[in-house]
Amino acid sequence: MKAHRINFTLNGEKVSLEVEPNDVLLDTLRGRLGIKSPKVGCDRGDCGTCTVLMNGRTVRSCLALAVEADGADLVTLEGAGTRKWTKRLQAKFHEKNAFQCGFCAPGVILSATELLEKNPKASQHDIKEAIAGNLCRCTGYEPIVEAIAETAKGK
Amino acid sequence: MDLQKLITRPEKGAKAAKAADALEVVGKSVQRVDGLEKIKGAARYTDDLEFGPGLLYAALVESPHAHARIKAIDTARAEKVHGVVKVVTGRNFKHKFGLYMNDRYIFANDVVRFVGEQVAAVVATDPKIALRAAALVKVDYEELPAVMDAVKGLEKGSPLVHPDLKDYTHVPWFFPKPGTNIAHWRKIRKGDLAKGFRDADLVLEDTYTVPRYAHCAIEPHSAIGLYDASGRLTMWTSSQSPFTQRHVFAETLKAFGLSHKDVRVISTYIGGGFGGKAGVTMEIIAAALAIAVPGRPVKLLWNRAQEFYNTYQRLGVTAKIKMGATKAGKITALDFKLYWDSGAYVEYGANVVNAAGLSASGPYRVDNISVDSMCTYTNLPPCGAYRGFGYSEFLFGLESHITRMAEQLGLDPVEFRKKNAIKEGETLPYGAHMNPTGIREAIERVEKEIKWGVKEKSKDPKKAFGKSLVCFWKAPAMPPNASSSAFLKFNEDGSVNILVSGMDMGQGLLTVMAQIAGEVLALPVSKIRVETPDTDRNPYEWQTVGSHVTWGCGNAVKRAALEARERIFDLVQRVHCLDKSTLYLQDECVKCRTKPDFSLPFRDFVINGIQAEDHTFKGGPIMGSGVFMPEFTSAISDPETGQGGHPNVHYTTGAAGVILEVDKETGKMRIKKVALAVDCGKAINPDLVKGQIVGGLLQGFATVLYEDMRYSEKGRLLNPNFSDYKIPTSMDMPDEVVPIIIEVAQPDGPFGARGVGEHTMIPCAPLIANAVADAVGVRVKSMPVTKEKVALAVKAAGK
Repeated sequence: MKAHRINFTLNGEKVSLEVEPNDVLLDTLRGRLGIKSPKVGCDRGDCGTCTVLMNGRTVRSCLALAVEADGADLVTLEGAGTRKWTKRLQAKFHEKNAFQCGFCAPGVILSATELLEKNPKASQHDIKEAIAGNLCRCTGYEPIVEAIAETAKGK
Repeated sequence: MDLQKLITRPEKGAKAAKAADALEVVGKSVQRVDGLEKIKGAARYTDDLEFGPGLLYAALVESPHAHARIKAIDTARAEKVHGVVKVVTGRNFKHKFGLYMNDRYIFANDVVRFVGEQVAAVVATDPKIALRAAALVKVDYEELPAVMDAVKGLEKGSPLVHPDLKDYTHVPWFFPKPGTNIAHWRKIRKGDLAKGFRDADLVLEDTYTVPRYAHCAIEPHSAIGLYDASGRLTMWTSSQSPFTQRHVFAETLKAFGLSHKDVRVISTYIGGGFGGKAGVTMEIIAAALAIAVPGRPVKLLWNRAQEFYNTYQRLGVTAKIKMGATKAGKITALDFKLYWDSGAYVEYGANVVNAAGLSASGPYRVDNISVDSMCTYTNLPPCGAYRGFGYSEFLFGLESHITRMAEQLGLDPVEFRKKNAIKEGETLPYGAHMNPTGIREAIERVEKEIKWGVKEKSKDPKKAFGKSLVCFWKAPAMPPNASSSAFLKFNEDGSVNILVSGMDMGQGLLTVMAQIAGEVLALPVSKIRVETPDTDRNPYEWQTVGSHVTWGCGNAVKRAALEARERIFDLVQRVHCLDKSTLYLQDECVKCRTKPDFSLPFRDFVINGIQAEDHTFKGGPIMGSGVFMPEFTSAISDPETGQGGHPNVHYTTGAAGVILEVDKETGKMRIKKVALAVDCGKAINPDLVKGQIVGGLLQGFATVLYEDMRYSEKGRLLNPNFSDYKIPTSMDMPDEVVPIIIEVAQPDGPFGARGVGEHTMIPCAPLIANAVADAVGVRVKSMPVTKEKVALAVKAAGK
């Protein structure tokens, strides 16, 4: 297989990398770039713990190929802390003890970031829908949904 | 919501309540000490750790058969693949292992006993190479007749899963029956059963079934092993049980010259456990592979499918209940038979069967009782610990049955429960006595919350509302000598590091330990760091299971803090000539009751000592250690009656109630409101207790509404992924959850606390089954109570 050179920005920094055509974005981020906040949970797009932002939209990085990142602006939780809504969400999640094991947290925070960046007036239903692709087995979702709702309301 | 308002301290606890109000750190909903790490993406889980370019990867060769003899294994082709370092089979590892019963091999030896069982492993420089080469290992099998059902497995002439059962070593409280598939038979006999049934005005008999379930922690298991040139084995594992793993690794791999001191297990944050990461499952494969490739780290990472079929699963059960009660509402007799589908290996699962057998009366006083809890081998994946440890399973039948009994006697199901609810000091099924309990208060609070007795009618004629209230209890299931320990050390600035080996799998152990130490030492939680386990550095903890660590590990931490405080007082007495009994700690300082202007900040002396008048220094680093072992328990009892021992330390009790909306046409159910009251003795951190209630309830509701593991006739798991085994999403939350905390202090608990983690999912199944019956008049006796089953039952009943 022919290797491809891809160029993209990752958390604001330029990256240039040779990848195989079948390299998965999640593996490339974790294995070659030391980006560990997106996790391996199911490898088939069901659980959402590998969520990253690609050009401002959430992507399941276990379902994306590394070559798809060519030319893109990629943001993971490591680099999202400077975004207005991420920062506010993180403060609220911390205050409310919203997570337990924390394994789903990077994905949930990025999904919530995408939602509030697009729709700061998100309703309870919008919030539930926005994070429905991020499975959490610990919390019953209630504290997470509450935290996002309070963040949106500027509480 | 104001959590303090949710806390109930019954009358008898009024004194305790006054003491509680004086607490500064305990009882407060402080932020989690691991909160920032997890929210910033900084928390490291086992698979996130880096091991450099020398890291090797393992892939498994797995059995396609439920039961078969291995005739030959040909590894030649796999070994030739470029990048393959080693192929390992059962030939290399001949020792059996297990937690309570040694019935497993690291790799199948001669016989495979479930689909997916590990037969061999390939270690290679790249995960893709390892996978490709594993597919080239050729195994010749001779298929054997298999046991696919626990009840059938008990029939005469059934194939035997373990013909050599008589040779297996096990703990003294297990009673296997060699020559059968019964790995353990827990019997309870108390009172006069025949008389109990004679005294009854109603005797009701029925059968309830519960399938297997999967934990579905979002983090899959992972383990990395390194066996270095000096002969030391270091394991990084995603585990609730680092010390238990160290022990099992050292014992099982003794032949390679390992002693406990040579084995080190490091466990960083784990992404959910729920019992699935308790004991030892895939980690021992990684340990064996590390031994096979000395000098190089080797990694084994479970994929999601393996997570389903080759870790522990929750046991399935067929429960036959015969219960008698009088018209006045007294339960006079209970004959409870539990046939557990425990899987191919029961080294851990047999203790689930044991625990359930001991406590199958539920939180009720039953003077005449017989329980037979039978652990049956089947050719399905091994079962073990799962949040609730057998209690969710037997409670489905028991609490369904109790509601039916009450209704058939013309009694109110809640009054019936109140009448029989166990009280402090009453005799338990195995002869010991019940600890202080707030179960009555729990029932009353929930009753009020769901407006029990008030019928609610849906405006939509297609829909009906149903209500139900059930009780629950659970004791930690642990060996009688399971212990916890803690080290505590002060730093120069007066901050503290605590070392324990209890695991924070999300429940908040690290935070709770910090609060307990903070309370004793007058330190805010922000000045305390508690780290995850490393068996070289952190002191012993049996395992983080059974909802026992707040209690057990908490007691150890409290003792460590008290010891450190004692050293502080000794030093201050010695140097400042102040009587020890007048000293106390406040705001990170030592103070004196008789000398109000005396105030010595920790940071001035906890490392470098106190300077005396002659300019010399006294003291040195302030440290403390604490050990806790429940010294009143015993697992030894009469095998025929279960009488004589004291196998459980205490029970946490509670009650839950639900308002359920049922669509009569589609069977679709919507949880309008659920309230759960649990007596945790003392909520060290009410917010974290609430987290356990809300999270546990949704996990429990999923087991009753839609989850279940489906197998083919040949024993292959058909739904090993999140598309086909649905776990709840944010769209599946109940409309309203009301957490209620009851505080009837546990006398031997830290600040009165007892465990709360598992209990919150236990009542869910009967809660739904009873509410469905109340709403639409049909009784579903097999879990899950899916909308399909409800709709079909409504149709069949012509309602």
